[in-house]
Amino acid sequence: MQEREQREMELKQSGAPSLQELHESPCYQLPPKERRALAAVIECIEGIPCNPCETSCPQGAITVGDEITNLPVVDLEKCTGCGICVAACPGLAIYLKKYLFKENLAYIAFPFEYLPLPEEGQTVHMVDRLGHMVCDGTVLRVVKIKKNDRTAVVHVSYPNEFYEEVVNMQRLPRTD
Amino acid sequence: MMLEREVVVVGAGPAGLSAALEAARAGASVLLVDENSKPGGQLFKQIHKFFGSRDHRAGVRGIDIGAQLLDEAQQLDIEVWLDAEVCGIFNQCDVWIVRDKDRSVTVRARRIILATGATENAINFPGWSLPGVMGAGAAQTMINLHRVLPGQRFLMVGSGNVGVIVSYQLLQAGGSVEAIVEAAPRLGGYGVHTAKVRRAGVPFYTSHTVLEARGTDHVESATIVQIDSAWKPIGGTEKELSVDTICIAAGLTPLVELAFAAGCESFYSPLLGGMVPWHDRSMRTSIPSIYIAGDISGVEEASTAMEEGRMAGLSAAHSLGYLDHEQFTTGFQAAEARMLALRSGMFGQKRRDAKAAIIAHERG
Repeated sequence: MQEREQREMELKQSGAPSLQELHESPCYQLPPKERRALAAVIECIEGIPCNPCETSCPQGAITVGDEITNLPVVDLEKCTGCGICVAACPGLAIYLKKYLFKENLAYIAFPFEYLPLPEEGQTVHMVDRLGHMVCDGTVLRVVKIKKNDRTAVVHVSYPNEFYEEVVNMQRLPRTD
Repeated sequence: MMLEREVVVVGAGPAGLSAALEAARAGASVLLVDENSKPGGQLFKQIHKFFGSRDHRAGVRGIDIGAQLLDEAQQLDIEVWLDAEVCGIFNQCDVWIVRDKDRSVTVRARRIILATGATENAINFPGWSLPGVMGAGAAQTMINLHRVLPGQRFLMVGSGNVGVIVSYQLLQAGGSVEAIVEAAPRLGGYGVHTAKVRRAGVPFYTSHTVLEARGTDHVESATIVQIDSAWKPIGGTEKELSVDTICIAAGLTPLVELAFAAGCESFYSPLLGGMVPWHDRSMRTSIPSIYIAGDISGVEEASTAMEEGRMAGLSAAHSLGYLDHEQFTTGFQAAEARMLALRSGMFGQKRRDAKAAIIAHERG
C-alpha cells in the first residue's frame, strides 16, 4: 500500500468520527458536567454547505456565518436546550445532553426516524458512534410535534459514566 | 399542422420543473414533457431533509419540495405532457414526441431545455445478473415510491451520498444492511450520513469490492474482497456475507443522447460523470436554441439541479425577449450565487472547478 501523507480520518474509515477527531473540531463541545440545563451538541466536522441549525435556532445560539460551509458553533451561554435544531438538522447530527439529570444519570435527546418509536418508560439499548451497545436507557418522552416534520426527538436517561460515548439508541425490532 | 411552443422542456425532474417555472413566470409559453406517468423525476423518492440554506429550502424533505414545485406549475398553468417520450430533435427546433406509446407528435420550439437527468452505473461481477442485484436508486424507488422492500439483508456497493442515504432508507424501511463496501481507501459520502448508518450498526469496508454474487435463482450470498492500491483483489481476504440483495451505488452517467443526436458539442468531464454537452454560463449549448440543466450537464444533486434549472429557464426566456435586462440579471445572479454556495467547501469545490472548466473551454 502507498503511504498516505496524512493520517486517514477515522470518520472516512469507520464512518463515524473518533472522540479525538471530535475533540479537535471547533464544532464539537460536550456540555460541562456542572451545567444544569440541556445543551445542543453538534457532530458536523466536515464543512458541508448547510445551515438550518443556525436559521432554526430561536436564541441565535448557533453560528455558521456567511460562508455556509463554515462549521457550526454553539454558544452555550445562549443555548436553552429547546431542541428545535435537533430535528432541523438534515444530517441528524445534533442532540441535546446534560451530565446530571438525576443521581448518576445523564440525559440525552436525539433525533430518531425509525419505526416503531419507543414509548415513555420503555427500557432501550443505548449505542455509541460505532453502533455498539453501551448501556440501557429509560425513555422519558418522545417528541413528535408537527414542526419537527416527522423526525421524532427521543429523550432518554442513562448512566452518566457513559456520558460522552452514548449518542443514540438501537433500532427497535419490527412489529409486523 | 405542427404545434408550436416558445419553450419545450424535456424532463420534469427538479431541473426541468424549475426551468419551466422560471420560463413561464417570465411570460413564455411552456410545454413540459416527461416520459414517466408522474412528474417530479427522482424528487418523490427523496424522503430525507435536504441540505443547504433557507434559500435552497434546506431542512425540507425532497418529497415536499417536489409537491411545492408541482403546485407552482399548476398555478402558472404550465402545460405538462406525461407518458410522453422525446425521441429526437430535428433542425435544432423540432421536438419529436411519442405520446402514450401510441401517437407521434412534433412540436416546433423556439427554445428547448434538456433536463433529462442521469442513469445509474452498473458494475459487473460473476452473478451480477441474478435477481436481487440492482441499482441503489432502483431499490430506493421500490421502497419509497412503491413501498416494496425488495429484500431483507442488503449489501451496498459504494459509499457516496447515494449509497449511504439509500442504506439509511433501507433501514428505515425495515431492512438490514450487512455492509457498505467502498473501493476507494476512504469513504465518499458526507460524514453525517456515514455516521448515521454507522451508529445504526452498519459496518463499512474501505478498499473493498464485491467479488461475486452466489445463488441459484436469486442472490443468496455475496463475497467481498479487499483490493490493493492498484485495485486488484488481495487473495485470502475474501469474506462471504449472507445477503439476498446487492445494491450498486457506483455513480451516475448523464443522459446525453438527445443532446448529442441533436448535434450539441461534447465535453469530457470525468468528475461530472463523463461526456456532457458543452454549455456556457447561461446553460446554453453549442446549439443556440438548446439549453441544458441538471444531471445532463454534469451529475450533482437535486438542490444544484433546481438552481441550474432556474438559470436555464431565465436564460431561455430572456433570449426570447422576455424580462428586461435588470430583471434577468437580478434573477440569474441570485440563482448563480445560490448555486456557488452549494458548490463550495471540501465536497463542492471540485465540482465548481469542473463546471468552470466546461464554461471556460473554447468551442470548435
